[in-house]
Amino acid sequence: MDSMAKKGDWVKIHRVLLEPSQRAPQVPEDTARVPLEMRLNGFLLEETAVPGQEVGIRTLAGREVRGTLVEIQPRYTHTFGQPIPELLEIGIRARALLEEGAEQ
Amino acid sequence: MEYSEVMARKNQVMKNAVGIDYARFEKQGIHFDYERMMEQVGYTLEQIREIQGETSVGQTPLVELKNITRLVRKFSAPGKGARIFLKDEAANPSGSFKDRRASVSVYHAAKHGYKGVIAATSGNYGAGVASQAAKRGLKCIIVQEAFDSRGIGQPEILEKGRACEAFGAEVLQLSVGPELFYIFLLLLEETGYFNASLYTPFGIAGVETLGWELAAQTRELTGRFPDTVVVTHAGGGNLTGTARGLQKIGAGHTKVVGASVDLHGLHMASDGDFNRKSFTTGHTGFGIPFAVFPDRSDVPRNAARALRYMDGYYLVSQGEVFYTTELLASLEGLQRGPAGNTSLCAAISLARQMDQDQLIVVQETEYTGAGKCPSAQLTFARQNGIAVRRGNPSESIPGKNVILPTHPEQISAQQIPLDELRISYLRQLQKSTARAEFSGEEKDFLVQELHLADRENPMQTLEELFQQAQGTR
Repeated sequence: MDSMAKKGDWVKIHRVLLEPSQRAPQVPEDTARVPLEMRLNGFLLEETAVPGQEVGIRTLAGREVRGTLVEIQPRYTHTFGQPIPELLEIGIRARALLEEGAEQ
Repeated sequence: MEYSEVMARKNQVMKNAVGIDYARFEKQGIHFDYERMMEQVGYTLEQIREIQGETSVGQTPLVELKNITRLVRKFSAPGKGARIFLKDEAANPSGSFKDRRASVSVYHAAKHGYKGVIAATSGNYGAGVASQAAKRGLKCIIVQEAFDSRGIGQPEILEKGRACEAFGAEVLQLSVGPELFYIFLLLLEETGYFNASLYTPFGIAGVETLGWELAAQTRELTGRFPDTVVVTHAGGGNLTGTARGLQKIGAGHTKVVGASVDLHGLHMASDGDFNRKSFTTGHTGFGIPFAVFPDRSDVPRNAARALRYMDGYYLVSQGEVFYTTELLASLEGLQRGPAGNTSLCAAISLARQMDQDQLIVVQETEYTGAGKCPSAQLTFARQNGIAVRRGNPSESIPGKNVILPTHPEQISAQQIPLDELRISYLRQLQKSTARAEFSGEEKDFLVQELHLADRENPMQTLEELFQQAQGTR
């Protein structure tokens, strides 16, 4: 990954929106201890920037938003996961149940 | 800007952002004219069919699950095992029935000159709104509750975020907490966009076509309306809209039952619990609170009022739904996502108690893929310390384990008596209004709200429920 982003690059920013002391009164204890954070993707407005720097972006809806640059060319990180052996046998067993006695 | 300051402006912001003056429908006290709100603000079913036709929403296939029905009959009592059908809503443009809900809001926003739409949703609805906005040339912002304080996102929510960006929407992702609503209000004020809320009459009326279509298709295939329709229940809009559509086609005798994934014990606003669940919607964390206190939503009066229409409510475990997902893929050749498979799981259990000539319809499917499929969710569960194993699903503990059945006979949906929900509703009402007594007009409204009109003596039943609500305080 490039360590420096250029104007117009697709980047991710991060910002704290509410500090723990500013959180809603009804939140449970564990949530009240941590800030409310935002992550948002958009096109970099600065000529150049490095991760950790305060920057502006233009979002897909056209808004300009500021925050800390955390990722250049942010990846989608979700996957199909590992093979789960316990899942693989479900279909095999169900098919066998379905065919049980069918040839009689 | 202060949290409380922004929240205090909520009603005015919402009035501008949905263009509905809800005060018009308020009557005495707690009473409001629900039917008039649905008629005057919404569109007719015929208009909605036209609106949805313009963006290729709806007219999805109804599929008979012959192999699953055959399997169910193998372990049912002689003569039992209803025919199971599935409404393949994954065939909608963005892959779920939520396109029906989004279609009317986005149409309405465009017609009234809004430049864009915003929706607060971590679910399929975001993709639905983004897809409809793309088709009609509106800007779109989706606000998601997506990750915990470690910065780890729920895979299913990340997938939905990706889908929204693919449709050209801005996706604002937040950490866990109800203050999402505060950010949402600020965005509505900043942009002047339309709030494509899940809970306006537009959204609910959009689902009526689903109930109408499935009844028409079942009749075409079998000569009659379904005996039972199973609906995955979360915020209540799916069940409300489907039931209203069934009534409009004349299938008022069809039983409408809700099904949710049991996530008891997990707190929905807890940072620590957030990534200990394998289901992000269609679960009890939304299903129960929204059934018993519908006006908790982002609009003053929620058009989704599930208790008005529900004839039964069943819970299934996470492991049972994953098992069902595998059955659907391996026996029927349909790989579909978790939401619809929640009601399919309940339908497998219910079909065993029904006669072979009876008809049960599962009213939705959704798309699946990275982040959403069982292998993705179970890998994530294990990474978060959840035990995944084979066994008896009755030993499931949400947030601790996911237990995959070893035999389809173990699928057993647990019924929640509706009176328990009704009592809960009355308790919430007494708490939110700080009142113990209600007028005759208000009680007539409650008879409708709690679906008691068919009882032999609705008013007496209501009084008894009130007494039980007092007793269980």
